[in-house]
Amino acid sequence: MAETSPELARLEGMLLIRAYEEQLVALHRDGAPGTCTSVGQEACAVGVVQALDGRDRILTNHRSGGHLLARGADPGRLIAEVLGRVDGYCGGRSGSLHISAAELGVVLTSTIVGGELSMAPGVALAQKMGRGEPGGIVAVFFGDGAACEGVFHEALNLAVHWRLPLLFVCENNQWQAYVHRLETMSDRAISAWAEGHGLPVRVVDGNDVEAVHGAAADLVAGIRAQGGPAFLELSTYRQRGHFEPDDQAYVDPAECQAWLARDPIRRQAERLRAAGRLDAAGLAALEARVAARIAAALAFAQASPMPGPDTLDRHVYA
Amino acid sequence: MSTMTLEQAVQLALREEMGRDASVLYMGEGVATKHADMVADFGADRVRNTPLAEAIIAGTAVGAAASGLRPVIDLLFAPFMTYAMDALVNSAGKLRYLSGGQFSFPLVALGMTGAGWGVGGQHNHNLEAMFVHAPGLKVVMPATPADARGLLKAAIRDANPVLFFLDIGLLHQPGPVPDAVDQVLPLGEAAVPRSGRDVTLVSYGKTVAVCLEAAAGLQADGIDAEVVDLRTLKPLDEAAVLRSLAKTGRLVVVQEASGLCGVAAEIAALAAGRGFPFLQAPVARLTGPDAPAPGNWALEQAMVPSAQRVMEQVRALVGTPALAA
Repeated sequence: MAETSPELARLEGMLLIRAYEEQLVALHRDGAPGTCTSVGQEACAVGVVQALDGRDRILTNHRSGGHLLARGADPGRLIAEVLGRVDGYCGGRSGSLHISAAELGVVLTSTIVGGELSMAPGVALAQKMGRGEPGGIVAVFFGDGAACEGVFHEALNLAVHWRLPLLFVCENNQWQAYVHRLETMSDRAISAWAEGHGLPVRVVDGNDVEAVHGAAADLVAGIRAQGGPAFLELSTYRQRGHFEPDDQAYVDPAECQAWLARDPIRRQAERLRAAGRLDAAGLAALEARVAARIAAALAFAQASPMPGPDTLDRHVYA
Repeated sequence: MSTMTLEQAVQLALREEMGRDASVLYMGEGVATKHADMVADFGADRVRNTPLAEAIIAGTAVGAAASGLRPVIDLLFAPFMTYAMDALVNSAGKLRYLSGGQFSFPLVALGMTGAGWGVGGQHNHNLEAMFVHAPGLKVVMPATPADARGLLKAAIRDANPVLFFLDIGLLHQPGPVPDAVDQVLPLGEAAVPRSGRDVTLVSYGKTVAVCLEAAAGLQADGIDAEVVDLRTLKPLDEAAVLRSLAKTGRLVVVQEASGLCGVAAEIAALAAGRGFPFLQAPVARLTGPDAPAPGNWALEQAMVPSAQRVMEQVRALVGTPALAA
């Protein structure tokens, strides 16, 4: 595997997220706390985050593993956090649900559905008022469930009227916890709502990492040039359940099969293979490299101690 | 010393802090409209009208506070804070802790509450204890213009989210305010506006004046009452309450808010625990009823514990045989 390219890097980035989350699922089977995985949504995280740069800030949610890893988070510190260890990004206080890493610009992760949307305009306002790095923008990741919260509209309205440098990224993964989104909204509701607020809106195949990356890069460039917000809806699918364990007995098998056939990792690998830029040995080498990183991360996390009960009330007040 | 109303004292503190620190931001529904002078002095970036949407006002303040600004948000009437509760309680109150101390939320949320205008329960609800119960938040409710100014200055400078309640019945009451620009009152320190030997009256907000009126009336009975104004409800100045109780041995807690799980209950629990060795009589609470505030001025006044009720309660306690030998 001599060749490196952004496309191959995106494939490896998605493989890393998949391997990390499969490791969390395995840990759960061994008794570790459950998690909300983003298996099947890796192209959204990698495509958007690679369109951002170090000046930018990211807000995410309970399904954050992909965003954090795409931003360069250390999988060892992530697993340590999920296991409640002191070397986790939050010192073992977050668990899997609200992992922030300010050092990476991943701030104010919220597991209240829509909480990230309520805070994102404030982060973008501070950026606009000169409190962030010059030229930086803010990206907020949320799902189709959060789009049903009232604060979705409040955040879009404020961002448009205050011309905030904010990229809204809706990962429409078809499921709102245990309810299919078409039970709660019409098919094209999200982009139509966003268009009603009067900002640039793109709807993209969220399982095609190159399409995601291209659209995100265009919208980010527009925000940097013009200042105002933009909206990206990514059509994707939550391949595993809402929260481990989840037998997904409520999921239509035909729907699930149709989306598995569009798996974002397999599509990127096939694209590169068809272009003659990746062979079976190359893919195996990438997978081996990722597996080794996750194995090392797991060993690091498991060696990290638990915080003592005497630290229970630390960090409540500044 | 100048004389001004509590409302004017709040505006003075805001002006002083905005002049002192360029990261202080003032926003809410109508703040720029009502304070064109502040827009002129500090700029439209820092004095902002917002949509009439409390959830996003508060959420924006939380995001901005974690990103280098110090927002002061005017949520108008305290019941509107329930729309802002997610951002204040779940985000500002918890994300410092859950992130292992990565973020601070230096913000102040202003809300008016209490009897005085007969505006009814959707504009007047003394819900301060709801926020006292939420970890990560501080809660202030001043009783005088001077305290409002000094405590608001401290709240704006504090690194934590502060809920700052303004008692509607006090907004237009004048009082003396020191001229010194740097009159900052630390959060978490109670005041003792009247010293006494026989009974301690603990209160906050407008019922501090009720207690002072009762204390004056009790003099005729030969009862010397001490009045403690909590000023900050969280952190609570437990030492000040215990100090006073050690002196008097009797405690009446007075609040306009309803009683169940309220601040007065917390003070009573403090007395029943660490204050127990000092008690010479049962602890009494006088509170508003478990009822929404009526949109009727006369009925609304009946929610507020009166000086007469406080005096009757004190006379009953002083007549109680001592508990301890």
